[in-house]
Amino acid sequence: MAQLTADSPPATEPLLKVRGLEKHFGAVQALYAVDLDLPAGQVTALCGDNGAGKSVLIKCISGVYQADHGHIFWEGQPVHIHNTRDAARLGVETVYQDLALCDNLDIVQNMFLGRELLRRRLLDEDEMERRAAKTLAGLRVTTVRSIRQPVASLSGGQRQSVAVAKAVMWNSKLVIMDEPTAALGVNQTRMVLDLLKRLRDRGLAVVVISHNLNDVFEVADRIAVLYLGRMVIQDKAAAFDRQKVVEYMTTGGMSRSGGQAAS
Amino acid sequence: MASAPEEAPDLTAAAQAAQAEVPPELVAQTFGEYARAYVSRVRNGGAGVLPVVVGLIAIMVVFEVISPRHVFLSAGNLVNLFEQSSVFMVLAMAETFALLLGEIDLSVGYVGACGAVIAVQLVQPVTTNWPWWAAIAAALAFCAAVGAVQGTIITRLGIPSFIVTLAGFLIFNGVMLILLLLGPFSGFPNLGAPSPNVQVLYNLMAGTIDPTVSWIAMAAIVFGLGAILWFSDQRRRRSGLVAPPVSLTLIKIALIAGAGIVVVAISDINRANFGTLAGVPWVVPIVLGVLGAWTILLERTQFGRYVYAIGGNPEAARRAGINLALIRTIAFALCSMTAGIGLLLYASYIGGMSNNVQGGQLVLFAVAAAVIGGTSLFGGRGKVIHGVLGGLVIGGIYNGMYLQGLDVQRIFIVTGLVLLAAVTIDSLSRRAASSGTATRV
Repeated sequence: MAQLTADSPPATEPLLKVRGLEKHFGAVQALYAVDLDLPAGQVTALCGDNGAGKSVLIKCISGVYQADHGHIFWEGQPVHIHNTRDAARLGVETVYQDLALCDNLDIVQNMFLGRELLRRRLLDEDEMERRAAKTLAGLRVTTVRSIRQPVASLSGGQRQSVAVAKAVMWNSKLVIMDEPTAALGVNQTRMVLDLLKRLRDRGLAVVVISHNLNDVFEVADRIAVLYLGRMVIQDKAAAFDRQKVVEYMTTGGMSRSGGQAAS
Repeated sequence: MASAPEEAPDLTAAAQAAQAEVPPELVAQTFGEYARAYVSRVRNGGAGVLPVVVGLIAIMVVFEVISPRHVFLSAGNLVNLFEQSSVFMVLAMAETFALLLGEIDLSVGYVGACGAVIAVQLVQPVTTNWPWWAAIAAALAFCAAVGAVQGTIITRLGIPSFIVTLAGFLIFNGVMLILLLLGPFSGFPNLGAPSPNVQVLYNLMAGTIDPTVSWIAMAAIVFGLGAILWFSDQRRRRSGLVAPPVSLTLIKIALIAGAGIVVVAISDINRANFGTLAGVPWVVPIVLGVLGAWTILLERTQFGRYVYAIGGNPEAARRAGINLALIRTIAFALCSMTAGIGLLLYASYIGGMSNNVQGGQLVLFAVAAAVIGGTSLFGGRGKVIHGVLGGLVIGGIYNGMYLQGLDVQRIFIVTGLVLLAAVTIDSLSRRAASSGTATRV
């Protein structure tokens, strides 16, 4: 855990920079010298076929796994992320595909789970409710009737919103979302994509793993494609079309020039 | 799980389900709206304690009508009923810790019985002659330690609680029999010794509190609870947080005051056939104390929040950085310790301990009481008060059928049917509430 230095990073420096990251599980090499740039205020879509290493890569960033080799730079400074608490301390929050919400708890209780506010050693429900309401209002999640309703009574999109609100409440700077729209219908997908754009507009760096190219092209500012554990290309979204992304995902860009383009 | 074709019907069903599961005070701020929201919630299966309260009233009415000379609601029988139920209530409150985690503890009967035997043995003047408080502390410490060991085996070795506590059930049945045979009491250590120290244990259940003292204590409790309710609701209303209407706060305070007055007034009627026997029995403040302490622990502290979280979604709790093994182990320790309190009340009721303790039956009644009261067998849903209400239902059936002169086999059958009815109602209402949201579960 390297402490951040006082001098601010240059404007062009990405919020988080991954260089030469390698990870293997036993004999299986999951990531080969992966580079990745995650600039603040941009949505980066991480694409790749099944087994390309998307989940392993984000788990190395969010502290679930430890990389074997390589460096992670946070605002230009090298950091070591040993566990999820280290990541949370930096400002990295992950919204898992299964959302990790407790159905029997209400929205406020879920948003503060594990980080409850206390007053005289008892739960400070009033303050937690106020802060949760403020965060939800800031994300313009207004469709929930009451923030004291159990999560079990929410729709899929609302649940996703609660999970995102839980992630951004802690002054996080980088939000990682794993397949946020995979289980959602049309309206609810729209709700979540709008939410993603609002996070970006607030200056957060956002990483989205998605198989849905419609969603990718709608929200992504940058696209990075993994193929069999290698980062085959990352560039501005405008530099891609559907055909090209699919090609990189399925062949690693063999038919084209290959290699990595600078952003 | 949620595929595209299911999405359209899901939207309307989810709205109904939302109505069923949202506590009414969350969507309504005036009393009329509140009442309508509550009725809608009851019809959609989210009735809370309503079924068990209705069941209790039905039990009272039926047994009062059919009991010989209508003695069921007499002061003497009501106090007796509460005393009989108190063991079930406290054991059900103990079991709540395990049930909320989605686990079960089958050993509460005999672990608690071991604790009670330890306390009864330690205060005997002819042997150890410990002061009563030290004997009780030793008994509860023993129970808590047993619970912690069982909890450790369950969490660290990953063995199902059903098996570990079934082993505990057998082990501590044996340990209890060994402990009973210690000392010169032929296996029946009792609380009959005239020393005041022993009498404290003897009076845990039925020893009476002076009427003046009980009125003052009751007033203090009602005033304190009322003030807390009033000021916290008032503060929430002022700062624009979700809060019930003023009228509802006042009704709640009035109900608490009414219950307090009724309990003390009934207890202060002379219930002896000869001479005088009046006053609130000690068991009332003991049960209320356990209820209050565990309610605060489970609903107002981080520990309690984590117990609910683990019962609801252990994986989410783990990712939130909660130490699952520690919380589960503490919960099992508290479960066993509370069982010790329950069996101390049992020893006081019987006037000692013997090998007649039906540890298996007590466990089944404890689980039944918690479930009848509204606690889910599947974890994450339930409250401490459910154990008290369910214990009253079981105690009421027991007491009422006993007054009819019915034998124990029929009492078992009826109690079993009531449990089955309670679980069926619970399961059906949950299915009604979640039918539209099944894709999410």
